[in-house]
Amino acid sequence: MDEEYDAIVLGTGLKECILSGMLSVSGKKVLHIDRNKYYGGESASITPLEDLFAKFNAPPPDETYGRGRDWNVDLIPKFLMANGLLVKLLIHTGVTRYLEFKSVEGSYVYKGGKISKVPVDQKEALASDLMGMFEKRRFRNFLIYVQDFQEEDAKTWKDFDPSTANMQSLYDKFGLDRNTQDFTGHALALYLDDTYLQQPAIQTIRRIKLYSDSLARYGKSPYLYPMYGLGELPQGFARLSAIYGGTYMLDKPIDEIVLGEGGRVIGVKSGNEIAKCKQVYCDPSYVPDRVRKKGQVIRCICLLDHPISNTKDALSTQIIIPQKQVGRHSDIYVSLVSYTHQVAAKGWFIAMVSTTVETNDPESEIKPGLDVLGPVRQKFVSVSDYYEPTDDGSQSQIFISESYDATTHFETTCLDVLKIYKRGTDEDFDFSKVKVELGEEEQ
Amino acid sequence: MATNRTGGAQRPNGAPQTKVCQFKLVLLGESAVGKSSLVLRFVKGQFHEYQESTIGAAFLTQTVCLDDTTVKFEIWDTAGQERYHSLAPMYYRGAQAAIVVYDITNQDTFGRAKNWVKELQRQASPSIVIALAGNKSDLAAKRMVEFEEAQAYADENGLLFMETSAKTAMNVNDIFLAIANKLPKSESGGGAGGAGGARRLADGDTPRASSCCK
Repeated sequence: MDEEYDAIVLGTGLKECILSGMLSVSGKKVLHIDRNKYYGGESASITPLEDLFAKFNAPPPDETYGRGRDWNVDLIPKFLMANGLLVKLLIHTGVTRYLEFKSVEGSYVYKGGKISKVPVDQKEALASDLMGMFEKRRFRNFLIYVQDFQEEDAKTWKDFDPSTANMQSLYDKFGLDRNTQDFTGHALALYLDDTYLQQPAIQTIRRIKLYSDSLARYGKSPYLYPMYGLGELPQGFARLSAIYGGTYMLDKPIDEIVLGEGGRVIGVKSGNEIAKCKQVYCDPSYVPDRVRKKGQVIRCICLLDHPISNTKDALSTQIIIPQKQVGRHSDIYVSLVSYTHQVAAKGWFIAMVSTTVETNDPESEIKPGLDVLGPVRQKFVSVSDYYEPTDDGSQSQIFISESYDATTHFETTCLDVLKIYKRGTDEDFDFSKVKVELGEEEQ
Repeated sequence: MATNRTGGAQRPNGAPQTKVCQFKLVLLGESAVGKSSLVLRFVKGQFHEYQESTIGAAFLTQTVCLDDTTVKFEIWDTAGQERYHSLAPMYYRGAQAAIVVYDITNQDTFGRAKNWVKELQRQASPSIVIALAGNKSDLAAKRMVEFEEAQAYADENGLLFMETSAKTAMNVNDIFLAIANKLPKSESGGGAGGAGGARRLADGDTPRASSCCK
């Protein structure tokens, strides 16, 4: 450990592992440390099942849960958009070769107490029970507009400037009613709340396109999920970093981040060892004095011995409960994965209900999500603080990631990573750098 | 699960095609016992006296031809993550074969090899084929681990065992061949992607279902 590094990365959550991989690939000498003896931090998948029960101080699981080792339970629920940033990162860095994925079977939205499939193309729009006859036609026209829309070709904008006009005015242009706006903004564009309505329409158009491009890749839904759980993702990027020379130490407590002149980081201390470095990259838990609490997220892990009703017995699915449907400001998300992803014993399902906390009684906030599930065998609730950095690293050279938000996919995760990489290295990540060198590995 | 690509092996002479089975093989052992050198010898026929610690290539493939089957090894190197005992569980995931390497001139590395075998028995698929390799057999003059001792340990634990030399190539192909022979090729070898329909992602991907050797 007593060596000098270009960068020391603290914590092996997904963001830190992607950063570590990107830095190593760019030729930086990286030391990557975690205080835990496992990879993944907050983005780990807990195994065996006994460990999950112990983590939440519950009595150990009985024999109906099968072999504990067959379980890998995520602490943070997210899916990958098939055409999203994380998939691009996985492919360009070659990390995809360590992983296998399955498509999520369905994507549903909650309306008036029941759930319906999210319509994404013209055919589905016309068959959907979410809208009345005339509304369907208007929605269909809206979808065609978005599909034909090309950012670089103003003709396709149809007398509407999406970079200045806001999304509300685009909805109004097509005469879409409140309900349709609701599932478009929340189940297709995947916004957490309604602030997007006042933002330029182009942002929402891009998101809807991401959704439909993702859907076009593999079919049933725009989402992918890795076999053995999300915890495989940080491990994959850690391996990338190691392959490019990164040094890994788990189970290593950090006692101090050592600062030098002008508050600039010069090393990291563990016991009586000091590793010298020019930069530190870390998650908020390693620098409590350089972050502030932005809010709270509630997540409830539910173990089920049955699929969710009205989802055609899907082995994986996502259900979005738009805020307005249940009188809230932010959406409630339900995600479901199961034994088919090697994250649960045969016959078992893991559902996760999550949302941004708005009241003093977060558990009752997620009730609409729990009600969708039917009987739950075991429930684990956690409320976690959501932190953002107060230090941008320009002086200290300490670059801090934000906590994982309540979104159901990894787009914000990747944007944060790319932003931090740019702050730390003063350049955008060069994808081409990796691809060329990886060619040699293939025989 | 072995991946069977029927029609994968083209024979120009029109002889009947053999089936191709793909297996994940992982290397384990202390730093500097010669894990990467063994793979480099097996895959490229090369040996470097001063092989650097593993950088860059940690995913090599090589095929071994048996009578009616072509066995394709997907070989995972540790990428140095064993150094501070930070090998990720993903490494063992779905591995159908493992070579645990020690250095015959260093007793400690043999002790550590036994721990890696235990770790495999704990973490990996129960049906995994494990081979023990006593590497650096060209340095027999400095031997610290007796052949008989290692052989007895291997027998007790049901491991394949050979002394190898990445430098002279002694037994390198043989140990991979022995593993290829022992791997079950008739049905799922346990381990990777138990359920069907999982896929790797690639540019311009179309769904690629993996299936077992039949």
